[in-house]
This record gives sequence, structure tokens and C-alpha cells, in this order.
Amino acid sequence: MLPRPGAARPALLGRLLEDERSLAYLLLTPTIVLLALFIAYPFVLGVWLSVSSATVGVAGHFVGLKNFDKAWNDSIFRTAAFNTFLYTGVTTVFKLALGIWLAVLLNRHFRGKRLIRAFVLLPFIIPTVLSTFAWKWMFDPTFSVINWGLWKLDLITARVNWLGDPYLSLISVMIVNVWRGVPFFAISLLAGLQTISPELHEAAAIDGANAWQRFWRVTWPLLLPVTMVVVLFSVIQTFADFQLVYVLTGGGPANATHLFATYAYQIGVGTGLLSEGAAISLAMFPVLFLVVVLQLWYIRRVETR
Amino acid sequence: MIEGARWQRWLYFYCPLSVFVLGLLFPFYWMLVTTFRPDGELYRPWNRANYTPFWTTNPTLEHIYYLFRETLFSAWLWNTMFIAIVSTLISVFCGLLAGYALARLRFRLAGGLGTSIFVTYLVPPTLLFIPLADVIRTFRLADTPWALILTYPTFLIPFCTWLLMGYFKTIPRELEECARIDGASRIQAMLKIIFPIATPGILSAGIFAFTLSWNEFIYALVFINTPHQKTVPVGVVSELIRGDVFFWGPLMAGALLGSIPVAMIYSFFVEHYVAGLTGSVKG
Repeated sequence: MLPRPGAARPALLGRLLEDERSLAYLLLTPTIVLLALFIAYPFVLGVWLSVSSATVGVAGHFVGLKNFDKAWNDSIFRTAAFNTFLYTGVTTVFKLALGIWLAVLLNRHFRGKRLIRAFVLLPFIIPTVLSTFAWKWMFDPTFSVINWGLWKLDLITARVNWLGDPYLSLISVMIVNVWRGVPFFAISLLAGLQTISPELHEAAAIDGANAWQRFWRVTWPLLLPVTMVVVLFSVIQTFADFQLVYVLTGGGPANATHLFATYAYQIGVGTGLLSEGAAISLAMFPVLFLVVVLQLWYIRRVETR
Repeated sequence: MIEGARWQRWLYFYCPLSVFVLGLLFPFYWMLVTTFRPDGELYRPWNRANYTPFWTTNPTLEHIYYLFRETLFSAWLWNTMFIAIVSTLISVFCGLLAGYALARLRFRLAGGLGTSIFVTYLVPPTLLFIPLADVIRTFRLADTPWALILTYPTFLIPFCTWLLMGYFKTIPRELEECARIDGASRIQAMLKIIFPIATPGILSAGIFAFTLSWNEFIYALVFINTPHQKTVPVGVVSELIRGDVFFWGPLMAGALLGSIPVAMIYSFFVEHYVAGLTGSVKG
């Protein structure tokens, strides 16, 4: 007897869903479609834009590496590149050092530990732009509460122009970045610390190691895998940062505090030179690529060990 | 326990911890004080005598009234909420299916696809916003909430997938095999056995994704231009500043009220949030 067509369809679907491979592809379809449309395709388009002469509303044509050449000879781009590396390097060192310190403190047992831990993470979860505005207000040239405090403590006699001075403004941006990043480091590293058995510390203490030695010889090596992943993750975020500079200085004063991303925004969106903006954005790619590869390699190594 | 003499405890523990907590929380406190402080007290030069510098004796609601009466703040709140919820739902749904497939099913491309999803997780939005704005224009999505609802999943799905993969790997295979022996189909075993066990992971992924989309800035800044379509972060930045004049009272009120939804959700699910955070970097 011939199978009826109506009965065949559910059976076929059932078989497809039972088969491991076809089910896997079915489950992955929505993800792959979204990521292809809004990550892979824009990436290819970005590469095309960066070698074209496109502006808003004008398709443009192929111009080779002209945009990159122009950026390379642009002194603001060079400052932005220098700033980005400096910003990433300096803040990462501070975030790591302060983050480990805070993690070690939070790893002790004390009353109200859970509450303190929950509060400490606030800078990381509150929308960055909104908390950055609070900082901008605290850095205000005329009404700065920080200046007021330093003045009351007799540390300064004249006002400090936190965001108006080219050098100081970059430092101010770094301070805010460290402020926002320390909780992320601390809480991630705290999770790492909690997996280290206290017995190891006791054993080291019995052998006569002091607190400092116990940290460097016991805690640090065991914490290193988590630290590496957290640092690489943070480096990517910091290197591609946009919000802090956009809100605090807008790249000023006199274009002294631009990062790759804010300069790309200024050129690509502000001025409408899509192709040049895309080229500046893509200039981040080699470094990001390197860090991602490093991250993948490291995770593989930790997993296979 | 904290060991050592009393002064040592203060020097090495309580003092540094207090400085950390004060430093990390002060900006939020300052937001709060500024919100309720009348203009006359706000705009007082930094070195003028001030007897109540860290609080105010004349609290006022004028900044909050201004925010709701004179600006589109309530619209921004609603937009942000809507966009965050829908994009979170889409991302958790996709991440759940993809995470299950990558962690549980054997197929040829599993390794390659897993790696590429991890790589997209690390792609920062600032790398792609210019071409992506072009894509959004091509699809005629610019200036609609869908421009953000469809693009936020690009960084949320990889995160959810990665987090949930970790969860699925900890669930013993035997549970699923038992269900299959009892006659459940693959789909039934997935839906009725595995997904319920992964509920804490789903919750973590959802809460983390929600805060991430509430926080997102550059896509919202570039893809949305109409004032009443904006999200809270972009609205506060672009609409509360007239030229070079900053209205600090309403600005801080906006920052405070815009943070409250996230802070509330966070306070209810701190443990899940922390699990999500640590899971997201552990891999």
C-alpha cells in the first residue's frame, strides 16, 4: 500500500529531528542567519567601503589603499592611534592591580560580604554613558566636587581643569575607565580565587611563607589562567572603547583625546565620509585579531591540559 | 577568618576596602544628591563656602518634573525597555538552541562554528558600526526600534550561546539517554529534560543580556535620529544638552532614573548576574 502524502510529511520531519546532524543545523539556523546578516556581511561591506570613495548617499568606486594612506598621514589619526595604545596599556595595568587587590579583600570572610560584593559591581552594570555623565559633572571646570575636596584638604590652591587640558583630559578618561573596569576584574578574579583551596595557603604558611610570598607563589600562579582570559577580554573592550571619550571630551580639547573609535565616528558619521571612517575603524582590526587569536589559543591550551 | 592584631586588620583590610567601596560608589551618590538639589545650590563655584556640600537641606523634585514634562524621557524609557526585552528574548532563544547544538550534538562543523561564534562574541560594535549603518539603511530599518532589536543580538547571541554551552556541558548525558530509552524523541528530551535543568543558566544569560542591551550606546547613537525613538543613554546625551549648556539637575535625574531599572533587576538576581559574568569569561 502506498503511504499517504499527508502522513509522510510528519514522519519525514520526525526523522530529520531525530538525526543528529540535521537537528544541529536546524537549531543553529536562526543564529547563523542573524550573525551572517549583521556581522559577516557588514564586515565584508566595511572592507569594501575602506577601499572605496563612498560618502553618505554616494556609492563610490575602488580607490585602493588611498583611505589608509590618508589616515596614516593624518596627525589626528596618529594621535588617536597613540592614545588608544596608551589608554589600553595604562588602564589595563591599573585595572588588573586594583582588581586583584579588591578580589583578595573580598575573598575574606566578613559581615555584609554579599552586600558589599553586590554594591562593588554597580559601576560595571549601570549604563556606562549615564555613570560617565556623573563623572563629567564631577570634573566640571567650575563646579567640580573633586576640586572642592582637594582644596579642602589643602592639596590644591588653583582649580584643576580636568577635561580642558590636553594631557590631563586623557588621564581623566583613564581614571573613569579604571573606575568602571575594576569591579569586572575583581568579581571575575574573585570567582577564580574561590576555586583555590585554603589548605594550600595554610600549608605555605606552616612552611613559613609570609602573606606577600603566599600571594606570589601560591595565589598568582593558580589564578593566572583566569587572569589571562579576563585581561585579554578587557583589552579588546578598552581598545575599541567609544562611550567614555565621546561623553567626557568628545575627542577634544583640540582632538587630543581621540581613540580609533571616536575618530572613526567623527569622520564617518560626523562628516559623512563613510569610506574614511570605515578605514579608521578597520585600523583596529589587526590588533583585535591578534588578541582574539591569542585568546583562542590560550583557552585551547587550558582546556586540553 | 581575618587574622592578626586589631590595627593590622584595620590597616590591611578595613581601610583599603572602605576606600574601594567609597570610590566605586561616590559617583552614584553624587548623581543622587544632584538630582534633588535646587539649581541655586548646584551652580555654586567650587571654592565658595558651602555648609552642606554632601547633601542638601532643600531637596526638590523640579529636575524630575522637568525631565518628564519638558523632555521625551518617558518615551526613551519605554523604548529602551521594549528594545532590551525583545532583543534579550531573541538572543536567549537563539543562544539556547545554538548552545544545545554545539554542546550536545555531534556534527562535522561543530568545532568550526563554535569557534566562529566565540570570535563574533569578541567583535566590538565599534569595529562595524559604519558599514552596519549602511546595512540598516538598505533594509529600511533606520530610525525604527527594529534597527536595534535586530542588531543587539549580534553581540548578545554569542554571549548567550557561550554561557549556555558551558551549562549544557555540566549536565550528565545519562539524563538524556534515560529519557531516550523511555521513548522520548530527541526534541522531547531537549525540551523536557535538558532545558528545565538549565534554567539558572537561562536566567543568567537573560539578565546579563538585558543589562548589556540597556547599556548599548554606539548603535543606538548612529541608527536612531528621531528624538522620540531614542533610547535613554542616547536621549540623555543628545537631547538634554542645548549647545554648550548642560542642565546638570535634569541630566543627573535622567542618569539616576535611567539606571534604576537595571539596578532593580540586578539587585533581584545578583547571584545569577555574577554567575553570568564569571561564566562569560571562563568559557
